[in-house]
Amino acid sequence: MKGEAILLDHGGGGRLSRELIEAEILPRFGRGPLAGLPDGASLTSRMRRLVFTTDAYVVQPPEFPGGNIGHLAVHGTVNDLAVCGARPRWLSLAMILEEGLPLALLRRVLDGVQAAAADCGVAVVTGDTKVVPRGACDRLALCTAGIGEALPGFRLGPPRIRPGDAILVNGPLGDHGVAVMAAREGIGIAGAPRSDTGPVHRLVAALGELAGQAAFLRDPTRGGLAAVLNEAARAARREVRLDEAAVPFSAGARAVAGLLGLDLFSVASEGRLALFCRAGAADAILARWRRLPEGRGAARIGEVARGRTGRVVLATVAGGERILDVPEGELLPRIC
Amino acid sequence: MNRPDLLDGFRDRRLAAALQRRIAERASRLPRTPLTLMEVCGTHTVAIARFGLRRLLPPAVRLVSGPGCPVCVTDAGFIDAACELARRGMVLATFGDMLRVPGTAGSLAEARAAGGDVRVCLSPLAALEWARGEPGREVVLIAVGFETTTAPLAAVVARAAAEGVRNLSLLTACKTMPAALDALLRAPDVTVDGFLCPPHVSAIIGAAAYRPLAAAYRRPLVVAGFEPLDILDGIDAVLAQAGRGAGEVENRYTRVVHENGNPVAQALVRAHLEPEDAAWRGLGVLPGSGLRLRPAFAAWDARVRHGIEVRPGKPAAGCRCGDVLRGRLDPGECALFGRACTPASPVGPCMVSAEGSCAARYRYDRAPADGAPSHNGRTGRRKNGRQKR
Repeated sequence: MKGEAILLDHGGGGRLSRELIEAEILPRFGRGPLAGLPDGASLTSRMRRLVFTTDAYVVQPPEFPGGNIGHLAVHGTVNDLAVCGARPRWLSLAMILEEGLPLALLRRVLDGVQAAAADCGVAVVTGDTKVVPRGACDRLALCTAGIGEALPGFRLGPPRIRPGDAILVNGPLGDHGVAVMAAREGIGIAGAPRSDTGPVHRLVAALGELAGQAAFLRDPTRGGLAAVLNEAARAARREVRLDEAAVPFSAGARAVAGLLGLDLFSVASEGRLALFCRAGAADAILARWRRLPEGRGAARIGEVARGRTGRVVLATVAGGERILDVPEGELLPRIC
Repeated sequence: MNRPDLLDGFRDRRLAAALQRRIAERASRLPRTPLTLMEVCGTHTVAIARFGLRRLLPPAVRLVSGPGCPVCVTDAGFIDAACELARRGMVLATFGDMLRVPGTAGSLAEARAAGGDVRVCLSPLAALEWARGEPGREVVLIAVGFETTTAPLAAVVARAAAEGVRNLSLLTACKTMPAALDALLRAPDVTVDGFLCPPHVSAIIGAAAYRPLAAAYRRPLVVAGFEPLDILDGIDAVLAQAGRGAGEVENRYTRVVHENGNPVAQALVRAHLEPEDAAWRGLGVLPGSGLRLRPAFAAWDARVRHGIEVRPGKPAAGCRCGDVLRGRLDPGECALFGRACTPASPVGPCMVSAEGSCAARYRYDRAPADGAPSHNGRTGRRKNGRQKR
């Protein structure tokens, strides 16, 4: 490869484009359907029902404690498939690169994609690269689409939520959002959390024959747990009741969130899921989750009540009670 | 990873329950109920709502929010003056929560949308940096706040003067807390039996600053911290005083607040600012309750430098933020609350600022969307609570 930065010609379809693909893409993803670089990937599945999703990734900074935008682009799409009750199989990867992007950064991001995809058992089967003039985008943006095969036994959706259902999460919430914000603001305090970016598909698969006991699954990304629970409560027209003391947060996330004035209930996680399930199955599911590394911090955090309020009510750590609302608009820094 | 958080000790559920019992017991022996207790500080208001502390109090204790959110008490006319400076092409540096506060004719956010150069700063020192970096432009710092914020604002002027930065000025609406408390205690239509004094302000001015008020009006004035147990302990202290008919200053936040406050900050403020009469949204003009730059620093005073006049503004029709700020009206009792006035489209300042009492009530303690707004934030929810059990 010539030079150590991305040039406009790398996206021009000519020799440099070819070199970039041969040097950076094919060694990482070139086995399987991508071999020979066809315009589209031919895939075969024996399953009758497939799940298809897509997402775009523009995180700043692109590298943060615990991962980079490459990991995120795989985990985000894999997790969207997983919470639909699917086994993730194939990914596309489109990249928009800013002219001048250091090649070393691109390599680390692609290494992130490769490692995360291998961990998730998904193949990157098609892709595209565009280079835009300096200033037309902020370093790089990724877009992945994913196809998964529906796992048997899952019937998920807010209408399936019933009074008495338990609500489970697989670990501490908000570490990703806090890690990225701390990196962005240059807050280098000891004990600041690492991003929780990671896959949740193994947790979904672990339900096995208990799949029918699951009513609703979501990954609490943008808007955090507050957004997911409010969405479920509103759609199911039920009251969701949470025990604040039971909701897991890491000490580091709590410290940084306190400093920045962030509400951890509204901060994104990228390796977490929230599950509404029949109360009778909750302990068995928790036990299965806790045997997996990504489920070690699993906890039962609340339940669905009879009331038709569509709200989320939080029993606070201090023994009081309040609404857990969705965040409104852009969060603005305060005077004091 | 699982180290206990330093703050956990101040959020302990069992200790909170013990304080709850003690408060209920003291309340049952009060000579006169209900006892109206004002938390003056906006951060207290939010903490009370966020931890659901109203639920732990007996009906004999009524909590009302005071004028301690600097954004909420800033007069509409001040916003108009700031917008006028933006229209004249100046760079405006403002704290984020001032952005959406409505003036008589629009907010700073609207001035920005109309092409004004309005920038949000986290520290007032950012304004100094912008002025240094863009010597050809005039930078105006929207200098709003109580004693806590005034000291750093004074520091900006001190630095600008020392470095000879001339293209920076402050549009001040700095206010002093004891003056507001004095006005509330003096007003015949406001009856507050005791106060939780603002913690950060107290860290600057010291507990001693409230002693003249206690001597004049004989009401409990308790300095309490921001954590749930701090607040419950403060309420307990007010009730203990009320029970024995006392009205004293009591500092329960000794880990942060000292009797005489922060002398360095006080000296900085005194050196650069002097008292003036100030307009408070909801309270009107209070003599000597504001601070403006001393004549020696007139070169950094936006009102002098740019010849801008701050005229009293008119509140929006039907808006009762003034009554809310004086503790005369519960947010849920306002006809606009949750209907015409929500955080997404606020009518008055108490709904705009995250620290405003209406915004805190809406966010943490409102009745179900299809029901009527709750009285005291309680009625609607209690009913639901019963249904569930």
